[in-house]
Amino acid sequence: MDTILSLEGVGKIFPGAVALSEVSLSIARGETHIILGENGAGKSTLIKLLAGIYQPDSGRIAFNGQPYQPKTPHDAQQSGIRIVHQELNLLPYLSIAENLMLESLPRRAFGIVDRKALNSRAVALLREVGLDIDPRTRVEALGVAQMQLVEIAKALSYDSKLLVLDEPTATLTPPEIERLFSIIKRLKAKGVTIIYISHRLHEVFEIGDRVTVLRNGRLVATRDLHGLSVPDIVRMMIGRDIADEFGFDARVVPGKVALSVANLKRDASTPEISFSVRHGEILGVAGLVGSGRTEAMRALFGADPKLDGVVEIDGKPVAIAAPKNAVRHGLSLLTEDRKGQGLLLDMAVDKNITITDLSKIARNGLLNRRTEAAAANDLVGQLRVKASSIEQAVRNLSGGNQQKVVLAKWLFRGTSTLILDEPTRGVDIGARREIYQLLWMLAAQQKGIIMVSSDLPELMGMCHRIIVFSRNRIVGELARSDFDQERILSLAYQEYVRP
Amino acid sequence: MSETTEIAVAAPVSPGRAKFLRFLVRDAGVLLALVLITLFFSATAPYFATSGNALKIFVQIAINTVLAAGMTFVILTGGIDLSVGSVLALCTVVGATVMINESLSPAVAITLALLACMATGAVCGFLNGWISTRWKIPSFIVTLGMLNMAAGAARVVSDNSTITGLPQSFVDFGNLIIGGFLPSIFLVAVLVIAAGWFVLRFTVFGRMIFAVGTNDEAVRLSGHNPDFYKVAAFTISGLTAGIAAMVYLLRLNIGSPIAGVGYELNAIAAVIIGGTSLSGGKGSIIGTLVGACILQVLSTGLQLLGVGDNFKPIVIGLVIVLAVILDAYRERLLRKIR
Repeated sequence: MDTILSLEGVGKIFPGAVALSEVSLSIARGETHIILGENGAGKSTLIKLLAGIYQPDSGRIAFNGQPYQPKTPHDAQQSGIRIVHQELNLLPYLSIAENLMLESLPRRAFGIVDRKALNSRAVALLREVGLDIDPRTRVEALGVAQMQLVEIAKALSYDSKLLVLDEPTATLTPPEIERLFSIIKRLKAKGVTIIYISHRLHEVFEIGDRVTVLRNGRLVATRDLHGLSVPDIVRMMIGRDIADEFGFDARVVPGKVALSVANLKRDASTPEISFSVRHGEILGVAGLVGSGRTEAMRALFGADPKLDGVVEIDGKPVAIAAPKNAVRHGLSLLTEDRKGQGLLLDMAVDKNITITDLSKIARNGLLNRRTEAAAANDLVGQLRVKASSIEQAVRNLSGGNQQKVVLAKWLFRGTSTLILDEPTRGVDIGARREIYQLLWMLAAQQKGIIMVSSDLPELMGMCHRIIVFSRNRIVGELARSDFDQERILSLAYQEYVRP
Repeated sequence: MSETTEIAVAAPVSPGRAKFLRFLVRDAGVLLALVLITLFFSATAPYFATSGNALKIFVQIAINTVLAAGMTFVILTGGIDLSVGSVLALCTVVGATVMINESLSPAVAITLALLACMATGAVCGFLNGWISTRWKIPSFIVTLGMLNMAAGAARVVSDNSTITGLPQSFVDFGNLIIGGFLPSIFLVAVLVIAAGWFVLRFTVFGRMIFAVGTNDEAVRLSGHNPDFYKVAAFTISGLTAGIAAMVYLLRLNIGSPIAGVGYELNAIAAVIIGGTSLSGGKGSIIGTLVGACILQVLSTGLQLLGVGDNFKPIVIGLVIVLAVILDAYRERLLRKIR
């Protein structure tokens, strides 16, 4: 095997936690190597070592036969390793071309940027990744998928020998993923070595040659993907089987209508939509990213303004002009952007939980810290939030535990209907399953649950009923007995393929 | 779940010890700095370690401490208030004008003056908060505007002249040193700090101030109105500017339209040195008191050492920058402890 990158006994220790220990791995030149693992398994630490963001505490890394010890991300780039991080690092107010060649803009005399050369080189790079856009377009005008491709084009512009893609499909829709995969295959055909990090198991079979699974900072195994199955990999990732991760509970039977929305109109250009959810029902909301599902939920909740529409709770019309009205009527919104909109990241677990209703832990405006701690400990135990104590800052919890804290804060307030937007994004399999169980517990308590998700198997596994958004419209509704992936997808695309 | 996550989030130290370390790094750090600076000047500067000098420092920090107390609320919510200096000037002339009204008995005049100062300051502060939240304008700009408007208003009210002739009982109270060690105006400052500390630490309102500064969108989506707390913080800052104006009158016995120039920067410096983060959500008002002390101890100490008026601001400026640098390190340390 012609090895391009080899790791020997690589370890990284953080105060109090071993992030990576004794990892030995070799990547063959020209292969597409998949790295899998739950959150906290050590994937991101590994990438940061390659990127020169962290330095290993033990072990050796060799790249192209030479010792590889990058001190900074710049060093890594110089050696020919290029990393496309999960969080994109483009400058929104510059053009695509400028972003692509930021580190070495073509120049004329006196350091003036040579626009012609800049744009023509950019066009060539964009063609490599199959993007047909004017390179003078500002990056802010692009969709996430396009930005991702620009990042990859940028990586290619440096003649990279090794391309590391960190969860590139996390925010992409199925056709965008297909396009990305065809580009990856093309790059591979040209001899570029690719390390591909993901936790979407199903997709890795299409592009990967070999897979390495990490668990608890250790390497579990490196295997040929050929001949492996999804359950095989899951077993390697979590060390045991997961029979049915969703745990659909047939004993939970939907009752009366909890929340109904009639003729909700966000603004003059969007169509009216109507839907409802029953007590004890889990209603799935499917659709592409940008199809108006998130926007509809936010408008319903009063988070964004709406033009028109009637919201009824238990048959009674209620006026919702701001989130505080919605909350008062028993609605809860778990936002898509958990860190940006759901949590007080630098505050402790207990303070995050009680923020929804401080009057419960106060008398005459004075806080009772003991009552607060008791209430928080109670919920932390009930939801099995893994934190060192309720005084730990939420920032330092894993994605799954952060999501549990968001759930806990709404349970603290007391809620009759929950709207969850992408509740398991960035949550590892183990915690995901616990969140599903919690949702079933809430459904059994006759709460209405609206679940917005891009993960179709998740919706089909969890929901009693699914409504499908396509270009701001609700284009279909399916009962559980009619669930069919193909059908839901074709509904989701319906309004986009028509002229 | 497997132990995966536990390892990822495991705290490096036990909760009890973490709490102590956190206290040491977050709160005791500035205090330690104050003690060290004081010891340094006591050893090197002549007359520094005398009771007379200590009294002088107490008197001198009173105004800045009161201003900085209100400023702490604003900065905790992620805002900034540049107007407090000229709002103070406006309040001094309003207060002095009320107080020298001869048709009132001194007691009534002083009470009315206090109320007028507080009301004037609170209205200015409310306007700052209301305008910046209502039209979503950065408070930096709005309060910069208020800085000019209040300065102008102070000239209008005073007819551009200094107001003197405050009641003797008022002047006497300002000079009073309780028990021979506690200047009355320092007591006022300490009471304001104590009130602020109580509100921030023990009340629902105080909790909301921290929460709004940490993430106002999350607070809004949790069913609250963050703008209310932002406006309230600015109103409090205006209110303390009014109280600081009374302290000014007690100390200098004149209402002046040109009072308070640059005071806002000293107040901000005290808050920042005291460890409150300019991005909001983190900090303490006790730190602010310590920050104000550090500034004054430095200023007095340098003077006694014979460092000229030209070099003094350079040193103080360096200390402010140093404090912010240390703050960045402190954040990193705290993350490790938690």
